[in-house]
Amino acid sequence: MSVETRVKDIIAAQLEVAVDKLSKETTFEDIDADSLDIVELVMALEEEFDLEISDQEIENINSVGDVIKYIESKI
Amino acid sequence: MDLTGKTALVTGASRGIGRATALTLASAGASVVVNYNSNENAAEEVKKQIENHGSSALVVRADVADYSQCEHLVKSAIDHFKRIDILVNNAGITRDNLLARMKEEEWQAVIDTNLNGVYNCCRAVLRPLLKQKSGGRIINVASVAGIHGNSGQANYSAAKGGVIAFSRSLAKELGSRNITVNAVAPGFIETEMTGVLSDEMKEQVLSRIALGRLGKPEEVADVILFLASSADYVTGQVIAVDGSLSM
Repeated sequence: MSVETRVKDIIAAQLEVAVDKLSKETTFEDIDADSLDIVELVMALEEEFDLEISDQEIENINSVGDVIKYIESKI
Repeated sequence: MDLTGKTALVTGASRGIGRATALTLASAGASVVVNYNSNENAAEEVKKQIENHGSSALVVRADVADYSQCEHLVKSAIDHFKRIDILVNNAGITRDNLLARMKEEEWQAVIDTNLNGVYNCCRAVLRPLLKQKSGGRIINVASVAGIHGNSGQANYSAAKGGVIAFSRSLAKELGSRNITVNAVAPGFIETEMTGVLSDEMKEQVLSRIALGRLGKPEEVADVILFLASSADYVTGQVIAVDGSLSM
């Protein structure tokens, strides 16, 4: 499975949105994610990809595409 | 107040209020993780009593002042019971002294256990709690000293006041996930902690308690049970269990 698919699946499950509603351009604002949603998403990503994401890095992640790019750069 | 199928973690559960809480939650049907730091025999005794009543218990040693031990405590709970629903932060110590005589170690030890311990356990339990997506209950044992202060207990009062403010903040953070966070503020309860007080001191305290007696650990445990089970719409509150002492 590609990183993109895995990331989208996690975001869909965590934030309770349909996978087909997610594109790389979708921002977390678009899908009404609050700060705790982002924390939960980060926890799920850390577990799925076995990495640690710092608070600073989280700040630069605003869209689905940002997440995919970030994960791809780390694994 | 049925807690069948729920798992509760009670810190400092080998004696006093923690012990009464572990037994009370278990008799409501909860599986209970009995945490202790120094008194293993007493903790095993609590486990035995819980099992005699038909509930399950797991004894885990951890010093709540140490984050890694709290992580291990929570992990042991999840490994054994597969879930966690209720956290009761009860573990606490006293190092009473007038401030003019209070050594830094006395200050630090009380802050480390009574305040940092609450942070450590809440932090460790949060990930599994959020992951379960089925809400949760956090109950922190504060003290009337944390509301009104107490001479000779600047360290203890500061820690307990901190626990109250912490509980309110966390209630706001986690409300959207149906995790409630409340504090109980016991007054003078018949435990080893108050057993060391002089008769003169006890007389003085009794004169300020409308109910005219010290409280029992079970009476605090009953309020904790209420917050852990049926109090669905109560969060960010501090409930004094003190016979009127704090009025």
